Amino acid sequence: MKLQKASRYALYAVLHLASEPDKQHSTADIAAEYEISIHHLAKVMRTLVRSGLIESVRGVGGGYRFAGNIRRATLWDVIHEFESLESDIDTPNDLSGTAEIVISGLDSVNNEIDGLIRSTLDSITLKTLLMYGVENLERDHDTANNRATSE
Amino acid sequence: MNDSKIAINIRKATKADSKAIVALDAEITGTDKAAYWADILRRYAGARDRSERYFLVATSVDGELAGFIVGEVRAWEFGSPPCGWVLALSVAPKHRERGIGSLLLDALCSELKKADVTTIRTMVLVNDKVNLSFFRGEGLAAGPYIELEKHLD
Repeated sequence: MKLQKASRYALYAVLHLASEPDKQHSTADIAAEYEISIHHLAKVMRTLVRSGLIESVRGVGGGYRFAGNIRRATLWDVIHEFESLESDIDTPNDLSGTAEIVISGLDSVNNEIDGLIRSTLDSITLKTLLMYGVENLERDHDTANNRATSE
Repeated sequence: MNDSKIAINIRKATKADSKAIVALDAEITGTDKAAYWADILRRYAGARDRSERYFLVATSVDGELAGFIVGEVRAWEFGSPPCGWVLALSVAPKHRERGIGSLLLDALCSELKKADVTTIRTMVLVNDKVNLSFFRGEGLAAGPYIELEKHLD
């Protein structure tokens, strides 16, 4: 699965804001943190505000704040604002014979894969994703420490 | 197996819980399965043939059924070493968002560990967002097995 740039930027921003729901961050802060284009991120932020996942805060020190439910909002809730993730085999509609059989078979596999991707993304809440991140880093640190101890 | 913070008691299910289990399941699934649950209770909570099978219930301080979980140890299905299977988990809608599902799963995992099980598995409907999100939040993720099925004519 390859996410579009807008989906990736949206995930960075929403997860970053959700990890500190009491704080607000500017587009510039987030762009700098993830080393991404501030102009592209600004467009993404406007879409996220319209979706209700984040809200803008005006005034000095203004920026954006997480506005969703971290235990309910899923990765899919963020991504589907930007893409459908439905793969498409670009073929003519008037195929027949063996070509029709081949394309029909490939379509059914594509549908199965699309369904699995969608359900995976829709089952992982923002809170769970952040938990995965913490656990992965802890595991990496433990592995590094064990390696250092044994050397 | 008490948690005074949310005043919920976790204990082994008994035949006396049958009516409340059937009612809770029917409330959630919309289907009354009295015969099915009677059979599950007999096999998983009955006096005989219950080794490595577990049926636990969560009750409130006044004894009301708040949820239940059913699990067992399965071994060597397509080469899988012994692992814990979660067959069912239900929490009454009015008792949700209180951590009861986590308490039930923790209690089941404690029992499974006593049986030397180091991995748990379950199978959830692909669009069952509530249960999928719950299990993911408890640390479960896609494993090395995949569910396959076929409609029989």
